[in-house]
Amino acid sequence: MSTVEPAVATPTLEVRNLQTSFFLRSGLARAVDGVSFTVGRGKVMGLVGESGSGKSITGFSIIGLVDPPGRVHGGEILFNGRDLTKLSETEMRRLRGNRIAMILQDPMMTLNPVLRIDTQMIETVQAHDRVSKSDARSRARDALGMVGIPSPEERLSSYPHQFSGGMRQRVAIAIAMLHRPDLIIADEPTTALDVTIQSQILAEVQKLAREFGTAVIWITHDLSVVAGLADDVAVMYAGRIVESGTVDDVLDRPRHPYTRGLIGSIPSRITQGERRLHQIPGMAPSLLALPKGCAFRARCPRAAAVCETPPEISVPAPGRTLRCFRPYDVELVS
Amino acid sequence: MTEPVIELDGVSKRFSRKQDVFGLLATRMGLAKRPPEVRAVEDVSLRIMPGEVVGLVGESGCGKSTLGRLVAGILPMSDGRVLHRGRDMSTLSAKERKRATLSVQMIFQDPYASLNPRMRVADIVGEAPRVHGMVEGGYQDYVAGQLRQAGLDPAYKERYPHQFSGGQRQRIGIARALAVRPDFIVCDEAVASLDVSIQAQILNLFMDLRDRFNLTYLFVSHNLAVVQHISDRVVIMYLGRVVEEAAVADIFKRPNHPYTQALLSELPRIDVRRKAFSAIKGELPTPLSPPSGCHFHPRCPFAMPRCSLERPRLREVAPGQRSACHLNDLN
Repeated sequence: MSTVEPAVATPTLEVRNLQTSFFLRSGLARAVDGVSFTVGRGKVMGLVGESGSGKSITGFSIIGLVDPPGRVHGGEILFNGRDLTKLSETEMRRLRGNRIAMILQDPMMTLNPVLRIDTQMIETVQAHDRVSKSDARSRARDALGMVGIPSPEERLSSYPHQFSGGMRQRVAIAIAMLHRPDLIIADEPTTALDVTIQSQILAEVQKLAREFGTAVIWITHDLSVVAGLADDVAVMYAGRIVESGTVDDVLDRPRHPYTRGLIGSIPSRITQGERRLHQIPGMAPSLLALPKGCAFRARCPRAAAVCETPPEISVPAPGRTLRCFRPYDVELVS
Repeated sequence: MTEPVIELDGVSKRFSRKQDVFGLLATRMGLAKRPPEVRAVEDVSLRIMPGEVVGLVGESGCGKSTLGRLVAGILPMSDGRVLHRGRDMSTLSAKERKRATLSVQMIFQDPYASLNPRMRVADIVGEAPRVHGMVEGGYQDYVAGQLRQAGLDPAYKERYPHQFSGGQRQRIGIARALAVRPDFIVCDEAVASLDVSIQAQILNLFMDLRDRFNLTYLFVSHNLAVVQHISDRVVIMYLGRVVEEAAVADIFKRPNHPYTQALLSELPRIDVRRKAFSAIKGELPTPLSPPSGCHFHPRCPFAMPRCSLERPRLREVAPGQRSACHLNDLN
């Protein structure tokens, strides 16, 4: 089924210095500015940030779905060692939906409302594999069963509107899994769902990563989900990764003031009964009018004169990156 | 003993399709069935004391927003009574009812949909107090004061809602609700659409305003972490019924109802790493044909034969903790 055999020790995805910008009449918006990270086989990476931080555009850049006036104009996206930015649209189409799949926040963006589920799933199977319609249909049925949809045979002939929100999202995940992709990019797929449905979906994703070695990029603004699901985490702010590392490292010992602010603003059992949450003052800057130097400077409690020059990426420990002149010292916050 | 600000007594809300004349006639003559009914809220009783923050939690479709709207008086109820400071809303004179209605305000989930896009911020906030003659001093000053209170720069008051970010829009909604000086506020998923850092700002604002104006909140949310942070007491709903109610510390420490237990165990926590997610089996059944007996029994791991036959009553299982589960009768 798979056409690309990943070489041993080559990570599924390696993004190096990715640059994606929107060339607007009102100026240049650097949505993704020098983003680098690696996702290994069977690993889940949480890409965390607030609205407008560039986390979704990073996902769209990898799968090659950035629409004009946006364009990937720098860096490398090495997928099983091949640079995706160098591929033609035909080659990209062969990968998309086959080796790389995407799950969106709203499953109705994936599903066609006027086609039955079986039509859509058979189409997806036959887009990449030469199989008969009945074989494609049975693969579709198996995929639906795998994501926990009861009586998949009957549900195949339903229309999207006949499913609940959580079920629809599972159909979208089943479609993403049809070709057992090497990489799944999940863009806030559980944000609109209830806690109970969310954990059903998270359970499916965990299974996928463990059993089939699928690498997953989980894009979200919810650090609590990342804590439970991911192996590694990268925190984005204004188009840049400001801090990354293993989940335990980053969440237990955050060093960037933004990461620390984010963690502090999450309501949790620690803040129960306390009247106030930590809050980051102000709001995220517009990408069209980023301050000089560190983009977080205006909201940062530790900002100093040095922050007016752009901070470079440093590697304070193996597997850890940081983009800050005045990080917090390593100490345990609990 | 102090009097509750709001007391619900056996409140129910049923929705059904409106029938036309022929439909009514056909039903009357026994030729057609009555249109199906959705029991969005079923026999809910609740007391909310002054200064309390009550969190109302449940999955989508459990009736929590409908209950919030019934409390705020936006929807008429099918059965039961709402008492405002001990007085039945429906028995008040027109003038008194107007006062009582004004003193209960609502803040909505979607600040994009709940603000009129063609009105300037000053009018959105100032219209109601002007109509009701509540403006003291100059109108412009009053509006400016209300905006400042909600953390907005009064210089923006000539702007339209689309010129604001999501967090600022939510602040406009808060300023609008507070402008008629209510003592009770229903927040319907008021922070659900906001980023974490903005959510923290708004939650802090809610608490500051509560201290300043002695407000009481009914905080409707599906986000248990937010509810745990902000509430004094938590009410859990499932398919139109209250299944458990307790002080926030108790419900998180020793949840009684199997549904509450399942909800809490699935809540992602920042300090829980590489969790094995499992989830309650099945989905929320349709409220058009809810399961018999205890609504939760088809999904409940502890279900007994009795659960599908008899509706469990809410009863006290510990001081201040009420739960509707037959398991409590076993021991």
